[in-house]
Amino acid sequence: MPEIRNMTMNFGPQHPAAHGVLRLILEMDGEVIERADPHIGLLHRGTEKLAESKPFNQSIGYMDRLDYVSMMCNEHAYVMAIEKLLGVTPPIRAQYIRVMFAEITRVLNHLMWLGAHGLDIGAMTIFLYCFREREDLMDCYEAVSGTRMHATYFRPGGVYRDLPSMMPKYEASKWHNQVEVDRLNENRQGSLLDFITSFTDRFPGCIDEYETLLTDNRIWKQRTVGIAEVSPERALQLGFTGPMLRGSGIEWDLRKKQPYDVYDQLDFDIPVGTNGDCYDRYLVRVEEMRQSNRIIQQCAEWLKQNPGPVMIDDHKLVPPRREEMKDDMESLIHHFKLFTEGYCVPKGEVYSAVEHPKGEFGIYLISDGANKPYRLKIRAPGFAHLASINEMVKGHMLADVVAVIGTQDIVFGEIDR
Amino acid sequence: MTESTANLAAKLEERFSNELLNCIVDRNEVTLELAAEHLLSVCKVLRDDEQFAFAQLSDVCGVDYSAYGQSDWSTQDSTSTGFSRGRHGKDSPSDSSSNEAGQGFAVVYHLLSLTNNIRLRLRCHLSGEYPRIPSVTDIWSSADWFEREAFDLFGILFDGHPDLRRLLTDYGFIGHPFRKDFPLEGNVEVRYDPDKKRVVYQPVTITNRVLVPRVIRDDNRFFTPEEEQNDA
Repeated sequence: MPEIRNMTMNFGPQHPAAHGVLRLILEMDGEVIERADPHIGLLHRGTEKLAESKPFNQSIGYMDRLDYVSMMCNEHAYVMAIEKLLGVTPPIRAQYIRVMFAEITRVLNHLMWLGAHGLDIGAMTIFLYCFREREDLMDCYEAVSGTRMHATYFRPGGVYRDLPSMMPKYEASKWHNQVEVDRLNENRQGSLLDFITSFTDRFPGCIDEYETLLTDNRIWKQRTVGIAEVSPERALQLGFTGPMLRGSGIEWDLRKKQPYDVYDQLDFDIPVGTNGDCYDRYLVRVEEMRQSNRIIQQCAEWLKQNPGPVMIDDHKLVPPRREEMKDDMESLIHHFKLFTEGYCVPKGEVYSAVEHPKGEFGIYLISDGANKPYRLKIRAPGFAHLASINEMVKGHMLADVVAVIGTQDIVFGEIDR
Repeated sequence: MTESTANLAAKLEERFSNELLNCIVDRNEVTLELAAEHLLSVCKVLRDDEQFAFAQLSDVCGVDYSAYGQSDWSTQDSTSTGFSRGRHGKDSPSDSSSNEAGQGFAVVYHLLSLTNNIRLRLRCHLSGEYPRIPSVTDIWSSADWFEREAFDLFGILFDGHPDLRRLLTDYGFIGHPFRKDFPLEGNVEVRYDPDKKRVVYQPVTITNRVLVPRVIRDDNRFFTPEEEQNDA
């Protein structure tokens, strides 16, 4: 009788379904996984160490590059940690803007996740649908910060600048004639807030489209129902947060339980799954997009009616306006000090966590009173989720590994840091 | 949440009066300092006792306290000697007035109780070049990778960890990069060697320039009333 041995297989790091640079060593018994050992760190840049060598504000840009599909949510946790150490509260309008963009970011993230997850397990069209809506949200990012991804828009003490009163428009080119451009510019005639409102009116219909493609789709259900079930007890033990925890039936959302900024003044619900499998986590995330849409709508409504400052008025912390700098010596000194040395943050330590689209994103910040952080620890939600992959894929088929990586919503920028 | 943090601190002090070294409530967060030998027993109670019920371990991280409170230059001297841009290294001796300075390594745990909706921070100060601390993987499974990371980046050894391998750094990496004495630019760099036709490691060819020196300023706005009295 021939000797039968388990086969060891290398999955990634250059595999499109590995969502970046995941290297998995799989021990296979035929087509069934016996053990999965993830090797991570191929995108390790030492963000935490780099942050120790820079003034506080210069690290905001690094936060965008952690989870590079939910940029502003990362910034949110970081600036809140600094604000907590300094003991400052941003103006109410800034808080509404932050919440609105945090939710826009959540929709961006979930659209990216839905498209990529669909593509991974065999649904092509959904990817194109999702990117159609992502494009509009990217334009919102661009309108407010000048960049489509790495915004660096949130600052300790508020946001960098107020919402623009005009939405940038398309111009006729050799690819788009005037008639086409007029059609594209139809909802860009007013301010950014008008554009966002028109998006939120349209978006629930778009989610319905995604759901007709997937929710009752027989192939989709065969690939996701009953795959990688996690019990609520194990989910807690394994440090799951966000949709991964809610998919297992635990109602826990930091936006409701430990509200930050103005989340306590907004009306939204927390979707919860029952079985803890890939399908439930899909349903939770889709419903979260609908809830985010509601929050964006409420914020846009409030922001239209309530003008006001978007940054605190303390030039020890935020730079003075350009015009003031030109004819006021004190403002010039403040500007010089802020951009050469930064500001010193009082001694102490804080842990500030936000409900990031992927789960609990925490920043643990220790300051020894200097102008740079003494130690910055980033608690990335994906890190805890990926650590459990061995438990989730054991006993499943090789093709299900792809579904599990998809359902965990893995992004290596935040896992490897 | 202010009331509940004070409440939690009182409960902790009562329950762990023997084990606990220090219990700090600052900025509405509770920090518990304890010795490494009590860690496992305290953690078990924190998880299982209903009045605490810390069912989830959010985070474990190492901290290197050896350079705490050190600055690159003190502002009093700058007028007489001036300072150059792109300076290397540190010139002022460590500020020993701070009690955390030179304390070596620490491991910090962040716990979350979903039933009581409260967080808790545990800190164990450790000593030695390769400090040891018991692993909490048997109490919270999520500690697995967090402890591997702390071992990788700081060289802290977790006794009883099932699989203490490097996690984030390269295969065959030497040193523990998040220690304060590990240079920011690293020790080795990689490049493609056209003669050997493969990627080779060589000592780093770049030097680190500090563009913004690390300074610590006494800011009147952040003084507490007691500190002001001490200064007077």
